[in-house]
Amino acid sequence: MKLRLETAAMDALTVRLFDAIDESNMAWIMAADEALRRAFDHALIDLIPSYTTLLVHYDCQKLTFAQASTLARSALRNLTPADAQQGQLHEIPVWYDERVGPELPTVAQRAGLSVEALIERHCSHDYCVFALGFAPGYGFMGLVDEAIATPRLKTPRQRVAAGSVGIADRQTAIYPLLSPGGWNILGRTAVPLFEHAKRGEPLLRPGDKVRFKAISQSEFEAAGGDTTPLEERS
Amino acid sequence: MSQPMLTVKQAGPLALIQDAGRFGVGHLGVTQGGAADWIAFRWANWLLGNPLESAALEIVMGGNLTLVANSDVRLALTGADLAATLDGQPLTPNDSFMMQAGQTLVFRQPRKGLRAYLAFPGGLDAPTVLGSQACTAREHIGGLHEDGKPLKTGDQLTWKGSSATPRQLPQGTLLPLPDSEETVLDMVLGSQAAHFAGRSLFDAFNQPWTVDQRADRMGIRLTGKALNSRLGGIVSEGIPLGAVQIPPDGQPIILMNDRQTIGGYPRLGALTPMACARLAQCLPGTKVRLQPISATQAQAAYRAQLLKWQ
Repeated sequence: MKLRLETAAMDALTVRLFDAIDESNMAWIMAADEALRRAFDHALIDLIPSYTTLLVHYDCQKLTFAQASTLARSALRNLTPADAQQGQLHEIPVWYDERVGPELPTVAQRAGLSVEALIERHCSHDYCVFALGFAPGYGFMGLVDEAIATPRLKTPRQRVAAGSVGIADRQTAIYPLLSPGGWNILGRTAVPLFEHAKRGEPLLRPGDKVRFKAISQSEFEAAGGDTTPLEERS
Repeated sequence: MSQPMLTVKQAGPLALIQDAGRFGVGHLGVTQGGAADWIAFRWANWLLGNPLESAALEIVMGGNLTLVANSDVRLALTGADLAATLDGQPLTPNDSFMMQAGQTLVFRQPRKGLRAYLAFPGGLDAPTVLGSQACTAREHIGGLHEDGKPLKTGDQLTWKGSSATPRQLPQGTLLPLPDSEETVLDMVLGSQAAHFAGRSLFDAFNQPWTVDQRADRMGIRLTGKALNSRLGGIVSEGIPLGAVQIPPDGQPIILMNDRQTIGGYPRLGALTPMACARLAQCLPGTKVRLQPISATQAQAAYRAQLLKWQ
């Protein structure tokens, strides 16, 4: 871990802790998140943690550029990684099926695995939620087994159904809302990822862990899942 | 007697309920949103004596947006000149006006600028989601029906206050709207600026850029001589308002209010909030010039702007 402060904007700093994505980063990122929130307190407007950095957007009516830099530096001086137990573990049931996961066969074929073995690989790891972004509640998770890592689609789809579970390179994610997207879709979950009308809260938070669990079509339907095939939606 | 309201008799292409934006939720992947020309937006509220961040209408283009009042109400209009008329009579820009029951307010085509702001007594009445009434289509958040959609024909607008305390705009308070002259956009260099290759840094600040057709509330592209970064992609990181992102084609994309919260293209820096407000009023084809400014200078200019409302 090394600390660098970079100018991001008139009233924003990028705190850079790492150069590359690694699961072990997250304990440090979450510790930095907490330390910066505490230090900036009412002068903080937004704090966006990601794989290797945190973006600190501060209120420049309360802090000058120099004060903000000093505050960030002192907040992070004696940083120690957060307790790895902090994040929540979510078990997310997924109906893996070609009708709702059109890339299931191609990802399996590319990895030289049967579809069943691919599903098992995807479910065999507790993924770390590195960041939320792209859309409300969209958690960037990783790292998937190198063997099943698959590049993004050459042409993104116009419409990817809410609940779609996909892979892009060594990352995996669930689409919270119907949106465009270029990830390889393997299946679908009925678990709501973002329900702003009810709670205004996403299910996943940076630092959380996710374990996927394969379920049958009837279990998926019983949970309220929408079985409309992905291709019929596009 | 029925509630005072304005009915949308005909929806234009894009009229959105906006306030100052949605803050403190970037870590949830939720975009900032809010009025793109926040300066014009604040003046609209100021003209009625509203709290400056009260929800108002952001009207892009105009496109025959037609509103009809069912009772007398004082409204204020700022920002772009969208050839607005009240019962056929042109409205004075940057002022408040009485709209009487039965009168029709129409917005047509932009003559100067792109986004007009229409303020209502006490601010528009719309659901608050995650601390804001800002409407973002992509996220299905905000708006009258909480689906993030722009105004539709048949929608009914209501407001929070019963009366306004109208004020006159002080002389010389407004910056001129962008026109055929080059619009100067201040930007603070970011540390990735050091990774721009060869003449790129020089070219960034020493050529006119053209505002492209590909422009919306998420991002505005500029076209000109390509800039090259030695960085290919970077690991996705949080994106501030006004970030000047350079994708592989070398043509900058300025990230605006509805930007995604994190992204992975190298960045040259970020426009100041004041420059973002200016850019939000640039029609496609407008020439702009980027001008480097220190973060300290930019903050001073920003504070001076805020003082105008005190």
